Amino acid sequence: MSKQINNNESFLKRLVGNQLFIPLIALILLAVINLINDPGFFKITLGTNNAGYPVFSGYLITILDYGSELGILAIGMTLVTAASGGQDISVGATIAIAGSAMLRILCGGTSRPTEIQAPIIVAFLVACVVGMLCGAFNGILVAVFKIQPMIATLILFTAGRSIAAWINNNELPIVPDPKFAYFGGFIPGIPIPTTVFIVIACIIVIALVLKFTNLGLYTQAVGINENSSRLNGINPTFIKFLTFVILGLCVAVAALIKVSRLSTINYSVIAKDIEMDAILAVALGGNALSGGKFNMWASILGAYVIQFLTTTLYKFNVSSDALAAYKAVVVILLVVFSAPKVREQMGQLGKKLGSSKKGVA
Amino acid sequence: MKRKLLSIVMASAMTLSLVACGGSSTNTATETASTEEKTEAPAAEEKTEEPAAEEKTEEPAAEDTTASSGKLIKVGIINNDPNESGYRTANDADLKARFTEENGYDASFAYSLKNDEQIAAAQTFIQDEVDYLLLSAADTAGWDSVLKDAQDAGIKVILFDRTIDADESLYEASIVSDMAKEGQTAVDWLAGQNLEQVNVIHLQGVMGSAAQQGRSGALNDKVAAEDNWNIVTQQTAEWNAENAQQIVQSVIDAGTKFNVIYAENDDMAKGAVAALDKANISHGVGKDVIVMGFDCNKWALEELLAQNWNYDGQCNPFQSSYIDEIIKTLESGGTLSEKTIIMDEKGFDAETITQEDVDNYGI
Repeated sequence: MSKQINNNESFLKRLVGNQLFIPLIALILLAVINLINDPGFFKITLGTNNAGYPVFSGYLITILDYGSELGILAIGMTLVTAASGGQDISVGATIAIAGSAMLRILCGGTSRPTEIQAPIIVAFLVACVVGMLCGAFNGILVAVFKIQPMIATLILFTAGRSIAAWINNNELPIVPDPKFAYFGGFIPGIPIPTTVFIVIACIIVIALVLKFTNLGLYTQAVGINENSSRLNGINPTFIKFLTFVILGLCVAVAALIKVSRLSTINYSVIAKDIEMDAILAVALGGNALSGGKFNMWASILGAYVIQFLTTTLYKFNVSSDALAAYKAVVVILLVVFSAPKVREQMGQLGKKLGSSKKGVA
Repeated sequence: MKRKLLSIVMASAMTLSLVACGGSSTNTATETASTEEKTEAPAAEEKTEEPAAEEKTEEPAAEDTTASSGKLIKVGIINNDPNESGYRTANDADLKARFTEENGYDASFAYSLKNDEQIAAAQTFIQDEVDYLLLSAADTAGWDSVLKDAQDAGIKVILFDRTIDADESLYEASIVSDMAKEGQTAVDWLAGQNLEQVNVIHLQGVMGSAAQQGRSGALNDKVAAEDNWNIVTQQTAEWNAENAQQIVQSVIDAGTKFNVIYAENDDMAKGAVAALDKANISHGVGKDVIVMGFDCNKWALEELLAQNWNYDGQCNPFQSSYIDEIIKTLESGGTLSEKTIIMDEKGFDAETITQEDVDNYGI
């Protein structure tokens, strides 16, 4: 606090240096573009859904709603990235596995049950166990066998959707209970999407964990230097393993939302390509993909930036064939600007500008 | 040391359980949608009858072998993995139900999503001296030599579902779907609704797939030709319900008016309907928005029956009756009038669909 006197130069430097800077700038930029194009973008209206309950609608609600899965995955992916210096590319496939297990419990192996065969909470817990088992499988390969994370998770990436189809005998069960749709939709009477509450709950949990346990510290220590952390009494194998299991739990929660949205599953396309978006969220948050220090909130913000971008592109009605190209251009810009090297130079530039201003004065 | 041992045991247990899991569903590649896999019918339909006539000379030889194997016609069927998609599952079940001993067939099946494995299976069938080889090729290329072997051995080849890049003289017939016709049937149906304004949300499949091209083409032509037809938004949802939901949500958020959803498969129509439900927009027979889908999944036809959707176009997986007919014709010494046979594909209207249709045509 003693440095507060030291004028706006250090403030600027601190701002640029902050990891939240890039995702925030991206968010503001997207918001401004949309504001100029159509101020109605930010309008939120209160309407009713087909069941007659009040719901908020508007682009912002859509972004908050559909960005949820990505936000939750970003939590686990950040930890995995920090500890192992690699990424898990199997999250999309394991969402299919966890979701399939959930439907198997709910529908009891038949495709068209008249009522659910087990309470939703039981199905969700089973999905959590399945998700964590998949995470543990990846974790053991990475932590114990020292296989590169991307190679280790390639196994489930390839096999996951087949396993998911096998769990339900390639049937596409439909959950008959309307209560199940609450998780990916709205709870009657509450106009805010349930997914928003789920994300908030996840954020609170991870915030508490990071505050009251040494998970964050140990994860960074292992990511920065595995040997020295071992010498300091941390078990790097266990920490790496643990981060994958936590990601597995995040996957199960994301699977709940995904499956709940339509009360059914399509093994081959559910959560398709979501692993790339999750990794991108981590990168956008300014976290080094080679591990080490991380900022959880920047990653989560990065996830919503991606969803903001997707929704914006849909709004601008970019033609189908060009959609991916537009996204790629924006992604390249964002990633380049959030690269530590570029940020360092930008920081220096800011410093120079500040000092030259002072010289002129 | 103990811990290491334990972890190795745990890891191998995981691996083993994975292997066990994978066992029953080998080669189930991550297919996007049932129809994406399908190949387009060749445009050229003017076929000469010569090759079929030539084959006639080999008839006696074929009959000899059928006689020796107890009057059963021996067929070898090479198909893609039935786990690939709902379409394929229905296709396989249909073939299995048709080529039974009661119907006078001795059928063997081989499945693979890989071309080389399929070719190996074809060679085995040739050695087994089957009378007919039925083939749904995984890949269009590489079939020339093995089909020539089959021809030399007097085995007749019938292609179903997919065409191949081989000389036409190498096979008797090819039974395929015409995706462009499916699209045309759907667009004609929509035109028949006599709407004053047709404002369409067009949800496309994976760009470049045969099903996408065929089904998009008809709609694009119509929109270009008619003044009162507009495309509100045209996006690829890549056969994916969640993407479709977001695209439709985006149109609703923008406040743009629309009255038709033209989704190129059932999944995307389902996603679109989820977005409509959220925004309290009524859909179905006599409601604000017309919902159209493709593929005739059973659950989709049930939506039609409940009048929540309006139209569903068929992508016919039931080729066995056509194949059966062709074999009967050839066995009785007849000739085929056409080499490429395009299957009848229905379009179901929610107002006329019956429970019977759902049971018969749902896949």
